[in-house]
Amino acid sequence: MGNKQTIFTDEQLDAYQVRLVCVFYSRLHGRYHELAPHLVPMDYTNEPDCKLPLALIVNMPELKENPFRNRIVESFSEDGMGNLSFNEFVDMFSVLSEMAPRELKAIYAFKIYDFNVDNYLCKEDLEKTLNKLTKEELTPEEVQLVCEKAIEEADLDGDNKLSFADFENMITRAPDFLR
Amino acid sequence: ERHRGKRRDGDGEKKKRKKRRRKGAHRAEEGEDEVQTRHERREREKRRRAKNDQEAKGRERDEEERVQTTSGKVAKTKKNIRNENTRRRVEEEEVEVEERLEKRKKKHGSAKKEEKKEDEGKQMVKEKEREVKKKKHKKETSEEEDDKEEDSKDEEMRPECLTPEELEKLKEAVDERKKLIQSLRGKPWPMKKKLVTLRESQEFVEKYEGALGKGKGRKLYAYKVMMTKKWMKFQRDFENFKTACIPWEMKIKEIESHFGSSVASYFIFLRWMYGINMILFGLTFGLVMVPEALMGRPYGSMPRKTVPRSEETSAMDFAVLWDFGGYAQYSVLFYGFYNNQRAIGWLKFRMPLSYFLVGVGTVAYSYMVVIRTMARNANESGVGDDNSFNFSWKMFTSWDYLIGNPETADNKFASITTSFKEAILEEQESHKDDNIHLTRFLRVLANFLVLCCLAGSGYLIYFVVRRSQKFALDGLENHTWWERNEVNMVMSLLGMFCPMLFDVISTLENYHPRVALQWQLGRIFALFLGNLYTFIIALMDEINLKREEEKIVKFNITTWEASLYNGTISENSTAPSITINPADVPRGPCWETMVGQEFVRLIISDTMTTYITLLIGDFLRAVLVRFLNYCWCWDLEAGFPSYSEFDVSGNVLGLIFNQGMIWMGAFYAPCLPALNVLRLHVSMYLQCWAVMCCNVPQERVFKASGSNNFYMAMLLVILFLSTLPAIYTIVTIPPSFDCGPFSGKNRMFDVIHETLESDFPAWFSKVFSYASNPGLVLPFILLMVLAIYYLQSTSKSYRQANVELKKKLQTQNEENKKKNKRAALKAQMDLEEARKAASQAAEEQKNNNASLQGQEDRQLLASRAPGPRTYHHGNHGASGYLPGFSEPRMCRVPSLQRH
Repeated sequence: MGNKQTIFTDEQLDAYQVRLVCVFYSRLHGRYHELAPHLVPMDYTNEPDCKLPLALIVNMPELKENPFRNRIVESFSEDGMGNLSFNEFVDMFSVLSEMAPRELKAIYAFKIYDFNVDNYLCKEDLEKTLNKLTKEELTPEEVQLVCEKAIEEADLDGDNKLSFADFENMITRAPDFLR
Repeated sequence: ERHRGKRRDGDGEKKKRKKRRRKGAHRAEEGEDEVQTRHERREREKRRRAKNDQEAKGRERDEEERVQTTSGKVAKTKKNIRNENTRRRVEEEEVEVEERLEKRKKKHGSAKKEEKKEDEGKQMVKEKEREVKKKKHKKETSEEEDDKEEDSKDEEMRPECLTPEELEKLKEAVDERKKLIQSLRGKPWPMKKKLVTLRESQEFVEKYEGALGKGKGRKLYAYKVMMTKKWMKFQRDFENFKTACIPWEMKIKEIESHFGSSVASYFIFLRWMYGINMILFGLTFGLVMVPEALMGRPYGSMPRKTVPRSEETSAMDFAVLWDFGGYAQYSVLFYGFYNNQRAIGWLKFRMPLSYFLVGVGTVAYSYMVVIRTMARNANESGVGDDNSFNFSWKMFTSWDYLIGNPETADNKFASITTSFKEAILEEQESHKDDNIHLTRFLRVLANFLVLCCLAGSGYLIYFVVRRSQKFALDGLENHTWWERNEVNMVMSLLGMFCPMLFDVISTLENYHPRVALQWQLGRIFALFLGNLYTFIIALMDEINLKREEEKIVKFNITTWEASLYNGTISENSTAPSITINPADVPRGPCWETMVGQEFVRLIISDTMTTYITLLIGDFLRAVLVRFLNYCWCWDLEAGFPSYSEFDVSGNVLGLIFNQGMIWMGAFYAPCLPALNVLRLHVSMYLQCWAVMCCNVPQERVFKASGSNNFYMAMLLVILFLSTLPAIYTIVTIPPSFDCGPFSGKNRMFDVIHETLESDFPAWFSKVFSYASNPGLVLPFILLMVLAIYYLQSTSKSYRQANVELKKKLQTQNEENKKKNKRAALKAQMDLEEARKAASQAAEEQKNNNASLQGQEDRQLLASRAPGPRTYHHGNHGASGYLPGFSEPRMCRVPSLQRH
């Protein structure tokens, strides 16, 4: 498929190809490899099992300035600790790309904002989100007020926390939910 | 045999489940299911094939099956429904108690019956298995329930049996797989699972697409994906390019992020103004100044294009040039320089006509732009005002995930914080309810005070102007400096102190800062109108004086010419006027140029004062506060002088009045738009810098109203007020006899008549004269007024309907929310009771298998009377209220564990 050096077997590429253009895929692998040249093998034909730690991925320029970078990486990793295998890495990029559908983004956005992984956005999650967004420049009362307001607005079933249904309902109506 | 049959039954069920799932929402387990079933299917298929070989009847049966498939569709669907039901019952059995609670009692009876039925069914199944015939039948059902793929696989093995029906089925299956492949990227599965599913579906499609005869779909798909990707990238790049093309966007964004949207709104307004002035500048420069400079008669060829002999010595002095006298006065910059020659140059450019049309076009264009912008703003604010998720959206969607630059990120953090602060302020303001009577009283009082101030200052201006006119009549020489400059001094003093006074008064009113800003703007606007009024009155006086002077000069010139001719005729009869240098010819005062000069001087002095106050009031103050703070008795930064805030209202008004001057003066001084463009350009940079380096954000950062229609409204008023005197002078005062493009005409607009008569065919002027007949014009105006009235009333009714609908929607939303909350509360209560009931049921089961009926009765009682929470039965302690279990679905978990 253009590149002489085989990183993937033909079958593997075939499988990937429909989802992503091949060139793009190997470029992504290049990025992955770049992060830790000593850890990631160039040869991916036998699907080696290696994972990159959170600290390395977070330092990518795409994520470096993002206040939620740790959460993003964690929510894409299988073990919840932020260690990403190559498949999860690809996953992350495909969701963050502009081609990804809105619904999928909503699902992962919910995961990202759900700090304590209980499938609900409760007040603590919102507080954390807010503090990350504003670099803790708001007073505690203001944070409190904003969180209460946000919950009041979006909570449809009255349990004082946002389930995914609430979140989706709210986020799909947002004018600038594009990322 | 029997074993296999059972297996198959289960298999079929699984398949059906899968099918149903796929038809419904895509669930996450689908892939797993698929993988499992695939293995099983393969095994089974192998087995069956072996059987087929063994049994000679196999083929026949298949055929039979097919026939039955077509004929007995109704029965099949019925069976499907029943099977579905039984499956649900099985599940229900597992979570018996809870499910029963969820579904109300009425359903229960039927459920029980169903269970019984199901048991019967099971038995029947067993019986069936023994009998060959029935077995056949059963197999058929399971086969039917099997995915079409199963069938199609058989068909594939034997392509000669491919009936159109199967072909259809196969197509469907392939399409389904394809759909799956396409929708795969939208599924929240981990990549591994996606890959596995994808590979399988792909294999399937590849295998059978060949049978259907369309194989190259994949490449096309990949190509399509690539193209969409490219297209999206292009779109994004184009967006970026567009934003990059907007001037000062980054600067304004930066200011907005630190100072809030109200300060940014001033800069946006400034930018908008700059755009308009660019257009005006283009018009006057391209259609008036350049043609005259290139194609008109050169400097020195005519009296109006030369500096008179008396001024020649000082014409190049900087002081004179700075005052726009000397060479500047006799240049393309002012009205007087233009010649009244009808067509100039080889292009036969109609200079006077062009001059007139540009003057009219400037005003018309400004009106059009202002009104259009206002309308658009009104539209925007009318439609996109959905604030139902204000805070949530701010919280979850405000971060821009494309930011990769630390500085931008810092700005973004600041802007998010500011926007949150703005939103909090709005929220607090909307919930503030103080003593209404007191606020009302205070507001009335404040308005009264402001009115007093305005009336006082108006009278003062009037008084001073009258006095100065008296002084002017007496002659300025025998008065003191103060008496000579009284008007200017009073004006500037009023302009300095009244806004402060208004500011103090407005604290009484306790308005939201945005409303307060509008009030402040309105009041200062009223004050500044006095400024305008004195200026116009002074100008009118001057014009009248000049016109009288002109009459005298005209008379003198005729006598001078007569004497000249008398002299020349006696000496030499040929070429009398060549000998006279144009600089020596006596000329009129040319009031138009004087007016233009006045405006240009005003603009220059205004610009200078703005810049100097900026440098002294903001920059110097900031420097002093910053560096004297180290050695001062009190804290300068927090205490008295502090840093200055950005004065939005003053700056906006300055801008608006400045623009008014441009509109008034542009007809007499074509250079004004150019000057204004320069000024706006410089002040954009200067003020941006000053704001970022020496101002502090306002104490209460507030959100500017999304559409700054208030600024626009003021601009419109000023535009109207400034075009009035300009039009008045054009229409009523005859132009000077010896300068400007309209010299020699009775009125300036005569140029239109002249053009119509000489440049257009006769019929056109005839039509025009008919059209301008009052008998036609008046009905037309009437019609327009009626149309406006009609549109106005319809738009009003639409707006009302809109408001009504919005209200309805809101109440509905609230109702829904309430309903949901009530339902959730009820579910919670039910859950609590259910847990109690469950625990009790367990207890009772332990003791003896108590009848379910009794328990249900009790439950019914409990749910009917939920008020008293004391129960006589069960152990409350074990099943107390658990905050985590709020949804009824969750209660299955403990019960499942128990069973």
